Order: sequence, then C-alpha cells, then structure tokens
Amino acid sequence: MTLNSLMPGQKGIIKKINTSGELRRRLLDMGLIKGTEVSCLFKSFCGDPKAYRVRGTVIALRNNDSALIDIMG
Amino acid sequence: MIIGEGLERKKQSDKIVRVALAGNPNVGKSTLFNLLTKGHQHTGNWPGKTVVNAVGQFKARGVEFELVDLPGTYSLMASSPEEESARDFLCFDKCDVAVVVCDATCLERNLNLALQISQLCSRVIVCVNLMDEAEKKGIDINIKALGEQLGLPTVGISAGKRRGIGRLIDMLVNFKELSYFPIKIKYKSEIELAVSSIEKEIGHITKGMLPKRWTALKLLEGNEKLTKKCDEYLGKALSTNPKVTRVVNEKRQELVNLGIDINKLQDYIVASLVLTAEEICNKDVIKHRPTANYQRDLRLDKILTGKFVGPLVMILLLALVMWITVVGANVPSQLLWEGFSFLEKQLISLANFISLPTVISNLLIKGVYRVVAWVVSVMLPPMAIFFPLFTLLEDLGYLPRIAFNLDGAFKKCSACGKQALTMCMGLGCNAVGVTGSRIIDSKRERLLSILTNSFVPCNGRFPTLIALSTVFFVFEGAILGNLTAAFIVTIIIVLGVFVTMAVSVFLSKTFLKGESSAFVLEMPPFRRPRVGSVIVRSLLDRTIFVLGRAVSVAAPAGLVIWLMANIKIDGVTVLSLLSEFLDPLGKIMGLDGTILLGFVLGFPANEIVLPIIIMAYMGNGVLTDYSSLEQLKNILISNGWELKTAISMIIFTAFHWPCSTTLLTVKKETKSLKWTALAFILPTLTGMVLCIGWNLLCSLLNLSL
Repeated sequence: MTLNSLMPGQKGIIKKINTSGELRRRLLDMGLIKGTEVSCLFKSFCGDPKAYRVRGTVIALRNNDSALIDIMG
Repeated sequence: MIIGEGLERKKQSDKIVRVALAGNPNVGKSTLFNLLTKGHQHTGNWPGKTVVNAVGQFKARGVEFELVDLPGTYSLMASSPEEESARDFLCFDKCDVAVVVCDATCLERNLNLALQISQLCSRVIVCVNLMDEAEKKGIDINIKALGEQLGLPTVGISAGKRRGIGRLIDMLVNFKELSYFPIKIKYKSEIELAVSSIEKEIGHITKGMLPKRWTALKLLEGNEKLTKKCDEYLGKALSTNPKVTRVVNEKRQELVNLGIDINKLQDYIVASLVLTAEEICNKDVIKHRPTANYQRDLRLDKILTGKFVGPLVMILLLALVMWITVVGANVPSQLLWEGFSFLEKQLISLANFISLPTVISNLLIKGVYRVVAWVVSVMLPPMAIFFPLFTLLEDLGYLPRIAFNLDGAFKKCSACGKQALTMCMGLGCNAVGVTGSRIIDSKRERLLSILTNSFVPCNGRFPTLIALSTVFFVFEGAILGNLTAAFIVTIIIVLGVFVTMAVSVFLSKTFLKGESSAFVLEMPPFRRPRVGSVIVRSLLDRTIFVLGRAVSVAAPAGLVIWLMANIKIDGVTVLSLLSEFLDPLGKIMGLDGTILLGFVLGFPANEIVLPIIIMAYMGNGVLTDYSSLEQLKNILISNGWELKTAISMIIFTAFHWPCSTTLLTVKKETKSLKWTALAFILPTLTGMVLCIGWNLLCSLLNLSL
C-alpha cells in the first residue's frame, strides 16, 4: 500500500521511501521516516495534491510523489 | 544584502556581538528580526519568504549586536542554495551566538534543525516562538524541560505580541555566561565507531576552528563540495590530507562490509535526528491538552480547497480585493490631484516671482512636476489599499492554499504549484515576483516562473486598467461603475493566469523541456492577522518603496517627454514624428502610434503610459487635469478611440514587455541575456498577437464598437 491511496480521514505508518535524491531529502527533512504516522487530511479540488499531517505539520504532496512512499494501513 | 553575494565576512568591530538568526521557513524569524532591529523587513505567512537576507544592528543594555537573518530552511543537509548559504554562514562566518527560532505549534519538526545547528555551532540559543498560537491550539510546551533535554539555553516567546523578548535579550547580552552542553546525537553504533576514528585523525587540523565530530561525519559522508570549503576555511588540507583520506576510505569500506549503504548514510543521520527530536518531545516537553485539536484549521481548509467552493472563494476574494481598491481609491485620488494642482499654482507664482525663464519653469512645473503629481495621485491610493489587503491575506496564511488549489493545473503545464505564490507577488510588483521565484527549488520551474511573471498585471498597471474600464464600460451610476471596473480587472488577472499556464506549456515543450518535478509544500496554520501592524508594515515597506521607485522614474520621464513635445523638427514635434512612425504598427494592433509610443516611453514604469498618451494627444506636451473621467473620455474619443480601441489597449496593458526594473531583476536572477531577452519577447509577442487577433476579429465581424 502506498501513501497516495490514503483518503481524507485515513491514517498509515511509513514503511519505506522508494525514491532518492532531492525528494527523499525533502521528505526526510519533514520528518517522514520509517515508523512515522501520517494521516491524510484533505485533497485539492482536482484530487491532486493531497494534504497530510506529519508530526504536527501539514504538508501537501502530489499523488505521483506520495505513490513512492510505502505505508502500513 | 544577499548571503554569499558579498556579505561582509568580517564584523565591523570586535566589540559587536554577531548573532545569526536561523530557523525553519515561516516561524516568525523576520518578525523577531524587525522587533529587535526595529527594521522593516517584510514577513509573510508562507514558507520561504526571506529570500534576500537582512542584516541589522541593535543595541541592548549597552551591548552592540549585529543580527544576520539567515534564509529559512528545514535542514542544513539538502542542497538547495538557501540551505547551503545558511550552513556556510553558520560554519565559516563565525557568529558569536546562533539563535534558532522554532515554531511552538510544530516544535518536533523544528527541533530537527535546532539539533543540526547545535552540532555545528558552539553557542546556540533555542528560541521557541508562537507560544501564544500553540496555547490557543491547546499545546502546552514546557520550556524548562525542553532546555534541559537539549542542554541549551532555551526561551519561549510570542514575537507578534512582544512577549518574552526581554528574556531573549537578557540571554543575548549574557551569552558568554550561559552554559551550552548540547545533547549528543547518537547514530548507529557502526557509524559512531567510524566517526570517532576519523575524529582522532583530524583533531590537530581543525584545531577548534570546526567542530570535530561534525567535520568527521561530513568527511565520512563524502560531501566533497563542503569539505573543500572546509579546506579553504582552515587554510590547510583536510579532505586531501593523505592520512585523513586513508582513514576515511578505510572506515567507509568497513561500513560497506557491515552492510551499510554508504549512499544512505544521510538517511541514518536524519533518522537519528528525527528520532532524537521525537524522544525529547515525549519527555514531558509537549503536552496536548484534551481540548487540543486542529479541527478549526481543518474545517477552514476543507472549505477553502473544496470542489466548487475552493475556486469560487479564490475568484470572489480576488474580485473583492479589486473592488475595495477601486472604490476606495476614487476620492483620495481626486483630493490628491486637487492638492497638487493647488500647489502647482503656488509654484508658478513662485517661478514668476523669482523671474525664472519661462522655458525652465514650464519644463520643471508642467513637465516634471505634473507627471510626478499624476503618478502619485493615481498610484498612491490604489496601492495604499491593495497592499494592506493583500498583506492581510498573506498573514492569514491563505496564499499557500491558492498554491495547493492551483497545483493540479500547474502540474499539467509541467510547472510548480509554488508559481501561484510568485504570481500573487507579481500582482504587487513583477520584480518582486521574479526575485520571489527563488522559493521554487527546480531550476527549470524557477525559470518558468521568472519568464512568465509579467503576464500577471502588476499594481502599476491597475490604474490604467481601472481608468479605461470605468470610462468605456460604465454607463451610469457610481456603484455599478466600480463593480464593472473591479470585474474587468479581475477578468484580466484570471486571463493572465490562463496565459501564464499556456506559455508554461509552450516553454516546457521548447526552451525549457522537462516534466514537473516533485512538490513538497508546507501548509502553515492559519493565523489571525495583526491588522494594525499589517497596515503599518505594508504601507511603510511596500507602498512607499514602490511609489518611491515610480516617482524617481517618472520625474526624468516627465522631463524627456516635455522636451520631446516641445522640440520641433521642421515645425513638427519629435513626439508626433515618433508616433507617426509607429502608427502603421499601432493600427494593425487596433491601437495607434501615440498609444504605442506611450508604451515605449513607459518602459521605465508602467504607471506613466496613460499620462504620456494624454500629453501627446493634447499636443502641447503638458499633462492636463483629467481628474474628471468624463474629460478623459472626451480626449480619447476626439482622438479616434472606440470601445474596441480601449479593449486593445487593456489587452496590451496586461500583456507587453516588462518594465525596466523587472527586466533588470530577471537579468540579475538568471545571469543570462538569453533568458532576459525571452522575458521581454514572450509577453510582447503574446500581447501583439492578442491585439492583432482582436482587431482582425472586429473587422471580420464588421463590429463597430
């Protein structure tokens, strides 16, 4: 299961981040590491991007980026 | 002053205490900076506002301080230019003490940066800002416990309410007496072993100029760019020292043998930081009261990004801002113009009194003075209304929601959603929008944002748009008139957004080939705007700044235009010669030579385009009082204007070359003549094509509007 499949109101725990380089570092900076709980809050009116709560902060990710993050439901 | 572009590397004097102000984006760093230095650096409620760094001085309790505001960064590890410049400053430009500003409403994430800096700098003060916001959200922070956990002097403040500033200043004054025993970040045991072996080798080289442990870690990571800078800073070989190189390579190999991917070293390091931050927060530092909830923000967000309501609110807010601007500007504009006219009469009598030659008094009063008076009376009121309104939305935190809403569309155009933020800045001033494009990480997407910024009409073009739409589209009634003018400006801005997207698609397929890159946008919590300070700040910082620039351009322009209208060649003025020359091109575009000449001469500032046109029409090179719009209409109509001419002019006002300031800024940001030329050509071509198309359509349909 990947992060993009979460719908508003659903939660998951990060298992693995399947990307390297810039995006990976940005995600790590935001505290998205293995074991972090992420909840999907709301989505943009075209469904993409979606907003997630991570460690008390709200961040927006595009679906094709969040598809690179494995989670446990 | 821009860090890395010549910040004085040495303090002015040893007596001055140099303080670096670091922190995540949008934590109120700039507010604190302003508070301490009494400066007026502008802050906004969205990430990445401080793209140009400020340096300020202040004196407290007899001690002199120099405060350097570093760019807001989430970490010092990633390779964005902002993070690099912040890291290099902390690393090599010895500050006496670093203050890390954290956001109390999301402390855990903020601690990541604080921990990184605590490993790099010897004296770090942790300053937890927005304590009041956290309290409102039901988050209690135990500052004492936090300080004990971090092992660093820690203070809680609410910069917006000026709470806790005294305690922070006390700490800064006594910075030498405070105790700094930063918590040691524990890495994986294999990494710890490697680091301590390297540490032993480099101690005699770094000699306390760089922290050993931190340097050892960077050597192990193999960050060549950074270690080279370390060599330069130390003045001797560190990374190329044979002994050090040998140990580093040995340890890297050992790690690989132990099954640790050396390329993922940073992952382990970041994970240790994040987990340390989590641990600290779990130790009685943060308590969420049972009432703690984010529900209010969430509800608001769901509305503002909702399927139908989201876009509707965006357009309505835009229209509302424009409407208030139009309505509010009418009377003050009139009053200002009358005031200036009164003053002009006094000036003329004064000129007569001191028997100034007529040529000179005309040149100064009817040329320079009138154009300046025009620019001030036409520009100041809309700016003084628009900027505070816009700043309110910014303070509230609405702008990142616009970026969130529009990102889907920008993605389809292979651009970045943050471009919506730079376009919003462009509404105020395109040059600011161009500089602001630094918030976009990808170089390609940043260029897209820079090149298309002038497709959004800036504040300097509003008066022309408002005047033309009021004169030509409004038939009766003041209320209806204002509504129509606001409506038309709104349409032009929305059209600008669509054209921006179309041009972005074009560029992504031609000059700037590529796909949209990853997009991580922080959505800061909504904050109640501080209305009073918003008005003061936006008036002082933005309005006066933009107006000052416009006036300094308008004055010489007034001189040149007066000269052109009064110097005659074979009995014809230079002004009419030029407009005749431009007439054929103007006619094709549904304009005329004089209008086009107005745009050409208005290159230094868009505000003076309409006054130039009127001066040229009047034929005497003197700007006449057009305070009554009826009179303006008569002047234009007697010069052959129709409704379709006004529409062409509105189109070309929205889409033509950027003003000289904006172009210079593009040159500065891109460091390339090619991109600067493209920034000129793109909007110009677009405007010409649209105007010619509109004119053709009119003649095809035989429209006589």
